[in-house]
Amino acid sequence: MASMSLNEITEKYLDVLTEIGNIGAGNATSAVANMLGLKVDMSVPHVELLEVERIGSLLGAEEDIIVGIMLGVENDIDGSMMFLMDLPSAHRLVGRMMMMDVTDEEQLHSVEFNEMEMSAIQEIGNIIAGSYLNALSSLTNLTLTPTVPYTAIDMAASILSVPAIQFGMVGDKALLIRTEIGGIDMDINGFYILMPENDSYERILAALGLPV
Amino acid sequence: MGRMIKVGMADLAVCKPPDNLTTLGLGSCIGIALYDPSTKVTGLAHIMLPDSKQIRNNKTIEKFADTGIQKLYDDMIKAGARRARIVAKIAGGAQMFAIKDSGMNVGARNAQASKQKLKQLGIRLLAEDTGLNYGRTVEIYSETGDYVIKAVGKPPKTI
Repeated sequence: MASMSLNEITEKYLDVLTEIGNIGAGNATSAVANMLGLKVDMSVPHVELLEVERIGSLLGAEEDIIVGIMLGVENDIDGSMMFLMDLPSAHRLVGRMMMMDVTDEEQLHSVEFNEMEMSAIQEIGNIIAGSYLNALSSLTNLTLTPTVPYTAIDMAASILSVPAIQFGMVGDKALLIRTEIGGIDMDINGFYILMPENDSYERILAALGLPV
Repeated sequence: MGRMIKVGMADLAVCKPPDNLTTLGLGSCIGIALYDPSTKVTGLAHIMLPDSKQIRNNKTIEKFADTGIQKLYDDMIKAGARRARIVAKIAGGAQMFAIKDSGMNVGARNAQASKQKLKQLGIRLLAEDTGLNYGRTVEIYSETGDYVIKAVGKPPKTI
């Protein structure tokens, strides 16, 4: 397949990629919102082409502690996706899943999650990935299979070094689709990042009937 | 008080007292600190990948262990460091997500490639804090050569 530069892809297909982010993240957000009985708001997705070394500070301060859920995407599209949220958001979501609302400030900022809470986070990851990829799959008619999600709770830059390295293996720039969510009746801040490999972008666009 | 100069991802810097160097939130990347105890010329590189030769698109030489460490070493010499006295300490190379890889994970490969490059340059590795599954912020102090490593929920460690 003719390889085109990432610059060309974004300029030509910005709207399409934005729409992919919209549909995927929209579906994932309503899945989580329905399960937990929450009202959740979502931003218009940003399709970003950036230098790989800037990924570490994508979400703000490098040393802010965040919860990252990462999983691979396989089959017709290869790549990975991440869902990232701040500590209070993670505690609130997990608390809601376990039928108890967390309000204590200290607990909201704690880096400790017990085994049950960790599996609740994994489950949120499963739901998000499944619904995001389902939406993308029915849009494109491509088969997308998520791998098991993995969770890390650490400094933003160290978690984001993982996608940075992934992109760094193939070039100096990364193309990613980022969607922000925010809770309405509960304070939740999170991001989805979809990171298809370069060839997969072409496959997505071709599947949508766009000339590549 | 000197400045604490921040080194970004795929970046490097050299300083002298009273200035010091830091890089924030190393994950699978490696922070390579070079130090000449006699002139106190101090350097820090934040590399992301092991080998520039395995990658087609490699404009940024600071991104790789092989080319990044070479550049840091050259910059140290230019700043007045004495070849034979330069020593190294390294940190980072974690596996942030416990994904079962068939091969060796990139953090471990970064650590291995860094050590190999140091050996090739004849630089003695004094200490390392690499691997495991957590992020690290590092600070190298030019007055002493102390390499301080900070991680979430752990007391700072000096190597």
